[in-house]
Amino acid sequence: MGIVTPGFFGKRREADPHLPPGQYETKDFPVLSAGPTPNIHEGEWEFSITNESGDVKRWSWDEFMALPIENVDTDIHCVTRWSKFDTKWRGVSLDTLFAEIETDADFTMAHSYGGYTTNVPLEDLLEGKAWVAFEFDGEPLDPEHGGPARLLVPHLYFWKSAKWVTGLTMHETDELGFWEVNGYHAYGDPWKEQRYYYDS
Amino acid sequence: MKWAIADVVGVREETPTARTIMLRIPGWTGALAGQHIDIRLTSPDGYQAARSYSLSSAAGAEFASVSIELMPDGEVSPYLVRGVSVGDQLEVIGPLGGWFVWKPTQPEPLRLIGGGSGIAPLVSMLRTHAEAKSTAPAHLLYSVRSPDYVYFRDELDALAAAADAEVTIQYTRHAPQGWTGTVGRLDGARVTSWAASTAPADGGTVSTYICGPTRFVELAADTLVATGADPLTVRTERFGGA
Repeated sequence: MGIVTPGFFGKRREADPHLPPGQYETKDFPVLSAGPTPNIHEGEWEFSITNESGDVKRWSWDEFMALPIENVDTDIHCVTRWSKFDTKWRGVSLDTLFAEIETDADFTMAHSYGGYTTNVPLEDLLEGKAWVAFEFDGEPLDPEHGGPARLLVPHLYFWKSAKWVTGLTMHETDELGFWEVNGYHAYGDPWKEQRYYYDS
Repeated sequence: MKWAIADVVGVREETPTARTIMLRIPGWTGALAGQHIDIRLTSPDGYQAARSYSLSSAAGAEFASVSIELMPDGEVSPYLVRGVSVGDQLEVIGPLGGWFVWKPTQPEPLRLIGGGSGIAPLVSMLRTHAEAKSTAPAHLLYSVRSPDYVYFRDELDALAAAADAEVTIQYTRHAPQGWTGTVGRLDGARVTSWAASTAPADGGTVSTYICGPTRFVELAADTLVATGADPLTVRTERFGGA
Protein backbone atom coordinates (compact mmCIF):
# COMPACT_ATOMS: atom_id res chain seq x y z
CA MET A 1 0.00 0.00 0.00
CA GLY A 2 1.21 3.46 -0.79
CA ILE A 3 0.99 6.73 1.08
CA VAL A 4 -2.26 7.87 2.65
CA THR A 5 -3.75 10.83 0.86
CA PRO A 6 -4.75 13.35 3.55
CA GLY A 7 -8.41 14.27 3.29
CA PHE A 8 -9.31 11.58 0.79
CA PHE A 9 -11.97 9.12 1.85
CA GLY A 10 -13.36 7.79 -1.41
CA LYS A 11 -16.87 6.71 -2.24
CA ARG A 12 -16.80 2.97 -1.89
CA ARG A 13 -16.69 2.09 1.75
CA GLU A 14 -17.34 -1.62 1.60
CA ALA A 15 -15.51 -4.18 -0.44
CA ASP A 16 -17.74 -5.60 -3.16
CA PRO A 17 -16.88 -9.21 -3.99
CA HIS A 18 -17.95 -8.65 -7.60
CA LEU A 19 -15.43 -5.85 -8.04
CA PRO A 20 -11.87 -6.77 -9.03
CA PRO A 21 -9.08 -4.78 -7.36
CA GLY A 22 -8.77 -1.17 -8.47
CA GLN A 23 -12.15 -1.12 -10.23
CA TYR A 24 -15.27 0.97 -9.58
CA GLU A 25 -18.82 0.23 -10.61
CA THR A 26 -20.50 2.27 -13.33
CA LYS A 27 -24.10 2.12 -14.56
CA ASP A 28 -23.00 3.83 -17.75
CA PHE A 29 -21.42 2.07 -20.71
CA PRO A 30 -18.27 4.02 -21.61
CA VAL A 31 -16.83 3.75 -25.11
CA LEU A 32 -13.12 3.27 -25.69
CA SER A 33 -11.79 2.79 -29.18
CA ALA A 34 -8.52 3.57 -30.87
CA GLY A 35 -10.08 5.20 -33.90
CA PRO A 36 -13.28 5.94 -35.77
CA THR A 37 -16.17 3.53 -35.36
CA PRO A 38 -16.36 1.21 -38.40
CA ASN A 39 -19.78 0.95 -39.99
CA ILE A 40 -20.22 -2.71 -40.94
CA HIS A 41 -23.51 -3.90 -42.39
CA GLU A 42 -24.77 -7.33 -41.51
CA GLY A 43 -24.89 -8.21 -45.20
CA GLU A 44 -21.14 -7.71 -45.56
CA TRP A 45 -20.23 -9.08 -42.13
CA GLU A 46 -18.36 -12.34 -42.02
CA PHE A 47 -16.73 -14.34 -39.29
CA SER A 48 -13.95 -16.83 -39.88
CA ILE A 49 -11.58 -19.07 -37.98
CA THR A 50 -8.27 -19.88 -39.63
CA ASN A 51 -6.26 -22.73 -38.16
CA GLU A 52 -2.49 -23.06 -38.08
CA SER A 53 -2.50 -24.93 -41.40
CA GLY A 54 -4.34 -22.08 -43.08
CA ASP A 55 -7.69 -23.86 -43.36
CA VAL A 56 -10.49 -21.31 -43.11
CA LYS A 57 -14.00 -21.84 -41.85
CA ARG A 58 -16.33 -18.94 -42.69
CA TRP A 59 -19.79 -17.93 -41.53
CA SER A 60 -21.97 -15.29 -43.14
CA TRP A 61 -24.36 -13.31 -40.96
CA ASP A 62 -27.27 -15.58 -41.90
CA GLU A 63 -25.25 -18.73 -41.28
CA PHE A 64 -24.17 -17.31 -37.96
CA MET A 65 -27.72 -16.55 -36.91
CA ALA A 66 -28.69 -20.17 -37.66
CA LEU A 67 -26.26 -21.41 -34.98
CA PRO A 68 -27.41 -22.05 -31.41
CA ILE A 69 -27.69 -18.70 -29.64
CA GLU A 70 -27.05 -18.29 -25.93
CA ASN A 71 -28.10 -15.69 -23.39
CA VAL A 72 -25.17 -14.40 -21.35
CA ASP A 73 -25.56 -12.45 -18.12
CA THR A 74 -22.18 -11.31 -16.90
CA ASP A 75 -20.08 -8.62 -15.25
CA ILE A 76 -17.54 -6.82 -17.43
CA HIS A 77 -14.35 -5.08 -16.39
CA CYS A 78 -12.56 -2.39 -18.40
CA VAL A 79 -8.85 -1.79 -17.93
CA THR A 80 -9.65 1.92 -17.48
CA ARG A 81 -11.11 0.85 -14.13
CA TRP A 82 -14.85 0.75 -14.63
CA SER A 83 -16.83 -2.41 -14.11
CA LYS A 84 -20.41 -2.94 -15.12
CA PHE A 85 -22.50 -5.59 -13.43
CA ASP A 86 -25.16 -7.91 -14.85
CA THR A 87 -24.80 -6.96 -18.49
CA LYS A 88 -27.06 -8.98 -20.76
CA TRP A 89 -25.88 -10.26 -24.11
CA ARG A 90 -26.89 -12.76 -26.77
CA GLY A 91 -24.35 -14.51 -28.90
CA VAL A 92 -22.86 -17.72 -30.18
CA SER A 93 -20.54 -19.65 -27.91
CA LEU A 94 -16.99 -20.14 -29.14
CA ASP A 95 -17.47 -23.80 -28.20
CA THR A 96 -20.06 -24.02 -30.97
CA LEU A 97 -17.71 -22.41 -33.48
CA PHE A 98 -14.66 -24.44 -32.51
CA ALA A 99 -16.62 -27.69 -32.76
CA GLU A 100 -16.00 -27.34 -36.51
CA ILE A 101 -12.29 -26.49 -36.28
CA GLU A 102 -9.29 -28.82 -36.35
CA THR A 103 -6.44 -27.29 -34.41
CA ASP A 104 -3.59 -28.20 -32.10
CA ALA A 105 -2.51 -24.60 -31.58
CA ASP A 106 -2.89 -23.06 -28.13
CA PHE A 107 -3.20 -19.39 -29.01
CA THR A 108 -5.58 -17.21 -30.98
CA MET A 109 -5.44 -13.73 -32.41
CA ALA A 110 -8.78 -11.96 -32.77
CA HIS A 111 -9.03 -9.70 -35.82
CA SER A 112 -11.44 -6.80 -36.19
CA TYR A 113 -12.76 -4.66 -38.99
CA GLY A 114 -10.50 -1.63 -38.89
CA GLY A 115 -7.39 -3.74 -38.47
CA TYR A 116 -7.26 -4.13 -34.69
CA THR A 117 -6.12 -7.33 -33.10
CA THR A 118 -5.96 -8.86 -29.64
CA ASN A 119 -4.39 -12.11 -28.49
CA VAL A 120 -6.27 -14.63 -26.34
CA PRO A 121 -5.19 -18.16 -25.40
CA LEU A 122 -7.55 -20.74 -26.88
CA GLU A 123 -8.39 -22.20 -23.47
CA ASP A 124 -9.80 -18.81 -22.48
CA LEU A 125 -12.29 -18.99 -25.32
CA LEU A 126 -13.62 -22.50 -24.66
CA GLU A 127 -15.78 -24.27 -22.07
CA GLY A 128 -18.43 -21.59 -21.83
CA LYS A 129 -16.04 -18.69 -21.31
CA ALA A 130 -16.47 -16.71 -24.53
CA TRP A 131 -18.98 -15.74 -27.21
CA VAL A 132 -19.35 -13.76 -30.37
CA ALA A 133 -22.11 -11.41 -29.19
CA PHE A 134 -24.46 -9.41 -31.40
CA GLU A 135 -27.09 -8.22 -28.91
CA PHE A 136 -26.74 -6.10 -25.80
CA ASP A 137 -29.61 -5.46 -23.41
CA GLY A 138 -32.16 -6.81 -25.86
CA GLU A 139 -31.07 -4.61 -28.77
CA PRO A 140 -28.73 -5.14 -31.69
CA LEU A 141 -25.23 -4.21 -30.55
CA ASP A 142 -24.47 -0.52 -31.24
CA PRO A 143 -21.57 0.13 -33.61
CA GLU A 144 -19.84 2.16 -30.87
CA HIS A 145 -19.88 -0.92 -28.68
CA GLY A 146 -18.62 -3.19 -31.44
CA GLY A 147 -21.71 -3.98 -33.52
CA PRO A 148 -22.69 -5.83 -35.51
CA ALA A 149 -20.74 -8.34 -33.43
CA ARG A 150 -17.94 -8.40 -30.90
CA LEU A 151 -16.02 -10.98 -29.03
CA LEU A 152 -17.19 -11.38 -25.43
CA VAL A 153 -14.56 -12.76 -23.04
CA PRO A 154 -15.85 -11.37 -19.76
CA HIS A 155 -13.29 -12.98 -17.46
CA LEU A 156 -10.53 -10.87 -19.04
CA TYR A 157 -10.28 -7.08 -19.22
CA PHE A 158 -12.74 -5.87 -21.78
CA TRP A 159 -10.27 -4.81 -24.48
CA LYS A 160 -9.85 -8.55 -25.09
CA SER A 161 -13.53 -8.60 -26.11
CA ALA A 162 -12.61 -7.27 -29.55
CA LYS A 163 -15.19 -4.96 -31.12
CA TRP A 164 -16.22 -5.41 -34.77
CA VAL A 165 -14.69 -8.85 -34.69
CA THR A 166 -14.36 -10.62 -38.02
CA GLY A 167 -12.24 -13.63 -37.20
CA LEU A 168 -9.73 -15.62 -35.23
CA THR A 169 -6.43 -17.00 -36.40
CA MET A 170 -4.72 -19.87 -34.60
CA HIS A 171 -1.08 -19.61 -33.56
CA GLU A 172 1.44 -21.99 -32.02
CA THR A 173 2.92 -19.19 -29.92
CA ASP A 174 1.39 -16.25 -28.07
CA GLU A 175 1.91 -13.14 -30.19
CA LEU A 176 0.88 -9.67 -29.04
CA GLY A 177 -2.11 -7.86 -30.50
CA PHE A 178 -2.70 -4.16 -31.07
CA TRP A 179 -3.33 -2.92 -27.52
CA GLU A 180 -0.80 -5.36 -26.12
CA VAL A 181 1.92 -3.90 -28.35
CA ASN A 182 0.79 -0.46 -27.21
CA GLY A 183 1.44 -0.99 -23.54
CA TYR A 184 -1.32 -3.24 -22.24
CA HIS A 185 -0.85 -6.61 -20.59
CA ALA A 186 -0.47 -9.74 -22.71
CA TYR A 187 -3.16 -11.66 -20.79
CA GLY A 188 -5.27 -9.15 -18.83
CA ASP A 189 -6.75 -10.90 -15.79
CA PRO A 190 -8.78 -8.27 -13.87
CA TRP A 191 -8.55 -10.23 -10.61
CA LYS A 192 -4.74 -10.08 -10.80
CA GLU A 193 -4.86 -6.45 -12.00
CA GLN A 194 -2.91 -7.23 -15.15
CA ARG A 195 -3.46 -3.84 -16.78
CA TYR A 196 -0.17 -2.80 -18.28
CA TYR A 197 2.77 -4.63 -19.82
CA TYR A 198 4.84 -4.40 -16.66
CA ASP A 199 2.19 -5.94 -14.38
CA SER A 200 3.05 -9.49 -13.38
CA MET B 1 7.53 0.33 -13.78
CA LYS B 2 6.40 1.08 -10.26
CA TRP B 3 4.10 3.49 -8.47
CA ALA B 4 6.09 6.55 -7.50
CA ILE B 5 5.43 9.20 -4.89
CA ALA B 6 5.22 12.51 -6.71
CA ASP B 7 5.38 15.98 -5.19
CA VAL B 8 2.80 18.51 -6.23
CA VAL B 9 4.96 21.46 -7.28
CA GLY B 10 2.29 23.64 -8.80
CA VAL B 11 -1.44 24.00 -9.25
CA ARG B 12 -3.22 26.34 -11.62
CA GLU B 13 -6.93 26.93 -11.99
CA GLU B 14 -7.75 26.48 -15.68
CA THR B 15 -11.50 27.06 -15.53
CA PRO B 16 -14.09 27.26 -12.74
CA THR B 17 -14.17 23.44 -12.80
CA ALA B 18 -10.71 22.39 -13.89
CA ARG B 19 -7.14 22.74 -12.81
CA THR B 20 -3.65 21.77 -13.86
CA ILE B 21 -1.46 19.97 -11.36
CA MET B 22 2.29 19.93 -11.88
CA LEU B 23 4.15 16.97 -10.46
CA ARG B 24 7.75 16.23 -9.68
CA ILE B 25 8.02 12.49 -10.21
CA PRO B 26 11.15 10.64 -9.05
CA GLY B 27 12.95 9.08 -12.01
CA TRP B 28 10.77 10.88 -14.55
CA THR B 29 12.48 10.96 -17.91
CA GLY B 30 9.69 12.46 -19.95
CA ALA B 31 6.88 10.99 -21.98
CA LEU B 32 5.48 10.88 -25.46
CA ALA B 33 2.97 13.61 -26.24
CA GLY B 34 -0.48 12.13 -25.75
CA GLN B 35 0.44 9.60 -23.06
CA HIS B 36 -1.25 9.44 -19.68
CA ILE B 37 -0.38 8.70 -16.11
CA ASP B 38 -2.46 6.98 -13.46
CA ILE B 39 -2.95 8.77 -10.16
CA ARG B 40 -3.86 6.75 -7.08
CA LEU B 41 -5.37 8.05 -3.86
CA THR B 42 -5.41 6.10 -0.60
CA SER B 43 -7.83 6.77 2.26
CA PRO B 44 -6.77 6.35 5.89
CA ASP B 45 -8.37 2.88 6.03
CA GLY B 46 -6.40 1.69 3.02
CA TYR B 47 -9.13 2.04 0.39
CA GLN B 48 -7.63 3.11 -2.92
CA ALA B 49 -8.97 4.69 -6.07
CA ALA B 50 -6.97 5.36 -9.21
CA ARG B 51 -7.78 7.06 -12.50
CA SER B 52 -5.93 7.79 -15.73
CA TYR B 53 -5.20 11.37 -16.76
CA SER B 54 -3.64 12.58 -19.99
CA LEU B 55 -0.47 14.58 -19.63
CA SER B 56 -0.73 18.18 -20.77
CA SER B 57 2.99 18.86 -20.37
CA ALA B 58 5.44 18.71 -23.25
CA ALA B 59 7.11 15.37 -23.92
CA GLY B 60 10.42 16.48 -22.46
CA ALA B 61 9.11 18.61 -19.62
CA GLU B 62 10.92 18.28 -16.30
CA PHE B 63 7.63 18.33 -14.42
CA ALA B 64 4.71 16.26 -15.60
CA SER B 65 1.39 18.06 -15.62
CA VAL B 66 -2.15 16.82 -15.82
CA SER B 67 -5.18 19.02 -16.45
CA ILE B 68 -8.25 17.64 -14.77
CA GLU B 69 -11.94 18.40 -15.15
CA LEU B 70 -14.05 18.03 -12.03
CA MET B 71 -16.64 15.29 -12.48
CA PRO B 72 -19.42 16.25 -10.04
CA ASP B 73 -20.21 12.62 -9.21
CA GLY B 74 -16.61 11.53 -9.50
CA GLU B 75 -14.53 9.95 -6.82
CA VAL B 76 -11.01 11.10 -7.66
CA SER B 77 -11.36 14.31 -9.68
CA PRO B 78 -13.14 16.33 -6.93
CA TYR B 79 -10.19 15.68 -4.66
CA LEU B 80 -7.63 16.56 -7.30
CA VAL B 81 -9.44 19.67 -8.51
CA ARG B 82 -10.49 21.01 -5.10
CA GLY B 83 -8.37 19.28 -2.49
CA VAL B 84 -4.74 19.17 -3.57
CA SER B 85 -2.21 21.88 -2.76
CA VAL B 86 1.43 22.52 -3.51
CA GLY B 87 3.57 20.37 -1.23
CA ASP B 88 1.12 17.45 -1.17
CA GLN B 89 2.19 14.06 -2.41
CA LEU B 90 0.35 11.79 -4.82
CA GLU B 91 1.06 8.29 -6.04
CA VAL B 92 1.53 8.08 -9.79
CA ILE B 93 2.59 5.57 -12.40
CA GLY B 94 3.48 6.18 -15.99
CA PRO B 95 3.87 7.36 -18.65
CA LEU B 96 1.43 4.91 -20.23
CA GLY B 97 -0.14 4.30 -23.61
CA GLY B 98 1.48 3.83 -26.99
CA TRP B 99 -1.23 4.60 -29.54
CA PHE B 100 -2.69 8.07 -28.94
CA VAL B 101 0.77 9.65 -29.21
CA TRP B 102 2.44 12.14 -31.50
CA LYS B 103 6.18 12.15 -32.11
CA PRO B 104 8.16 15.08 -33.49
CA THR B 105 9.62 12.66 -36.04
CA GLN B 106 6.21 12.55 -37.74
CA PRO B 107 6.57 14.92 -40.71
CA GLU B 108 2.96 14.85 -41.91
CA PRO B 109 0.48 17.62 -41.08
CA LEU B 110 -1.17 17.34 -37.71
CA ARG B 111 -4.84 17.88 -37.01
CA LEU B 112 -6.03 18.09 -33.42
CA ILE B 113 -9.69 18.16 -32.40
CA GLY B 114 -10.51 18.60 -28.74
CA GLY B 115 -13.74 18.88 -26.81
CA GLY B 116 -13.70 20.36 -23.29
CA SER B 117 -11.04 18.74 -21.14
CA GLY B 118 -10.07 16.63 -24.17
CA ILE B 119 -7.75 19.50 -24.98
CA ALA B 120 -5.13 18.29 -22.46
CA PRO B 121 -3.22 15.70 -24.53
CA LEU B 122 -3.55 17.91 -27.61
CA VAL B 123 -1.84 20.78 -25.81
CA SER B 124 0.91 18.33 -24.88
CA MET B 125 1.29 17.65 -28.60
CA LEU B 126 1.38 21.37 -29.45
CA ARG B 127 3.92 22.05 -26.70
CA THR B 128 6.05 19.17 -27.90
CA HIS B 129 5.72 20.39 -31.48
CA ALA B 130 6.88 23.86 -30.44
CA GLU B 131 9.81 22.63 -28.36
CA ALA B 132 10.98 20.29 -31.11
CA LYS B 133 10.64 23.09 -33.67
CA SER B 134 8.67 20.67 -35.82
CA THR B 135 7.84 21.97 -39.26
CA ALA B 136 4.74 19.80 -39.59
CA PRO B 137 1.73 22.06 -40.21
CA ALA B 138 -0.49 21.93 -37.13
CA HIS B 139 -4.15 22.82 -36.70
CA LEU B 140 -6.21 22.70 -33.54
CA LEU B 141 -10.01 22.76 -33.44
CA TYR B 142 -11.17 23.30 -29.88
CA SER B 143 -14.80 23.04 -28.92
CA VAL B 144 -15.61 24.69 -25.62
CA ARG B 145 -18.73 25.93 -23.89
CA SER B 146 -17.73 29.57 -23.29
CA PRO B 147 -14.63 31.73 -22.81
CA ASP B 148 -14.50 30.97 -19.07
CA TYR B 149 -14.07 27.31 -19.87
CA VAL B 150 -11.09 27.59 -22.18
CA TYR B 151 -8.18 25.63 -20.75
CA PHE B 152 -4.71 27.19 -21.13
CA ARG B 153 -6.44 30.44 -22.08
CA ASP B 154 -3.47 32.64 -21.31
CA GLU B 155 -1.04 30.63 -23.34
CA LEU B 156 -2.99 29.24 -26.28
CA ASP B 157 -2.11 32.16 -28.52
CA ALA B 158 1.55 32.07 -27.57
CA LEU B 159 1.62 28.33 -27.95
CA ALA B 160 -0.01 28.56 -31.35
CA ALA B 161 2.61 31.10 -32.39
CA ALA B 162 5.46 28.98 -31.02
CA ALA B 163 4.20 25.87 -32.78
CA ASP B 164 3.24 27.88 -35.85
CA ALA B 165 -0.16 26.30 -35.38
CA GLU B 166 -3.54 27.59 -36.35
CA VAL B 167 -6.07 27.44 -33.52
CA THR B 168 -9.80 27.53 -34.20
CA ILE B 169 -12.10 27.78 -31.22
CA GLN B 170 -15.72 26.74 -31.53
CA TYR B 171 -17.76 28.26 -28.72
CA THR B 172 -20.82 26.11 -28.19
CA ARG B 173 -22.82 28.39 -25.83
CA HIS B 174 -21.29 31.85 -25.46
CA ALA B 175 -18.54 33.63 -27.34
CA PRO B 176 -16.38 36.46 -26.07
CA GLN B 177 -17.51 40.00 -26.77
CA GLY B 178 -16.70 41.07 -30.28
CA TRP B 179 -16.52 37.48 -31.52
CA THR B 180 -17.14 37.36 -35.24
CA GLY B 181 -17.29 33.59 -35.66
CA THR B 182 -20.31 31.39 -35.20
CA VAL B 183 -21.57 30.03 -31.88
CA GLY B 184 -23.05 26.57 -31.55
CA ARG B 185 -22.41 22.90 -31.25
CA LEU B 186 -19.59 21.44 -33.32
CA ASP B 187 -21.66 19.69 -35.96
CA GLY B 188 -20.73 17.76 -39.06
CA ALA B 189 -20.84 20.84 -41.28
CA ARG B 190 -18.40 22.73 -39.06
CA VAL B 191 -16.02 19.78 -38.89
CA THR B 192 -16.22 19.37 -42.66
CA SER B 193 -15.47 22.99 -43.41
CA TRP B 194 -12.61 23.08 -40.91
CA ALA B 195 -11.17 19.89 -42.38
CA ALA B 196 -11.41 21.34 -45.89
CA SER B 197 -9.73 24.58 -44.82
CA THR B 198 -6.87 22.69 -43.18
CA ALA B 199 -6.35 20.08 -45.88
CA PRO B 200 -2.85 20.04 -47.35
CA ALA B 201 -2.74 21.39 -50.89
CA ASP B 202 -0.94 18.28 -52.12
CA GLY B 203 -3.68 16.01 -50.81
CA GLY B 204 -1.13 14.08 -48.77
CA THR B 205 -1.55 12.20 -45.51
CA VAL B 206 -2.64 13.99 -42.35
CA SER B 207 -2.54 12.55 -38.84
CA THR B 208 -5.58 13.39 -36.78
CA TYR B 209 -5.98 13.14 -33.02
CA ILE B 210 -9.43 13.57 -31.49
CA CYS B 211 -10.06 13.67 -27.75
CA GLY B 212 -13.25 14.48 -25.91
CA PRO B 213 -16.60 13.14 -24.75
CA THR B 214 -17.81 10.06 -26.60
CA ARG B 215 -20.53 11.78 -28.66
CA PHE B 216 -18.15 14.54 -29.67
CA VAL B 217 -15.44 12.13 -30.76
CA GLU B 218 -17.91 9.94 -32.64
CA LEU B 219 -19.21 12.93 -34.56
CA ALA B 220 -15.81 14.35 -35.42
CA ALA B 221 -14.29 11.00 -36.38
CA ASP B 222 -17.32 9.87 -38.41
CA THR B 223 -17.38 13.18 -40.25
CA LEU B 224 -13.70 13.00 -41.16
CA VAL B 225 -14.06 9.43 -42.41
CA ALA B 226 -17.18 10.36 -44.39
CA THR B 227 -15.24 13.15 -46.07
CA GLY B 228 -12.44 10.86 -47.11
CA ALA B 229 -9.98 10.49 -44.25
CA ASP B 230 -8.32 7.09 -43.95
CA PRO B 231 -9.64 5.67 -40.63
CA LEU B 232 -6.16 4.43 -39.79
CA THR B 233 -4.89 8.03 -39.70
CA VAL B 234 -7.52 9.10 -37.15
CA ARG B 235 -6.63 8.32 -33.54
CA THR B 236 -9.21 8.81 -30.86
CA GLU B 237 -9.52 9.00 -27.13
CA ARG B 238 -13.06 9.06 -25.71
CA PHE B 239 -14.39 9.60 -22.25
CA GLY B 240 -17.82 9.14 -20.76
CA GLY B 241 -20.67 6.85 -21.65
CA ALA B 242 -22.68 6.43 -24.79
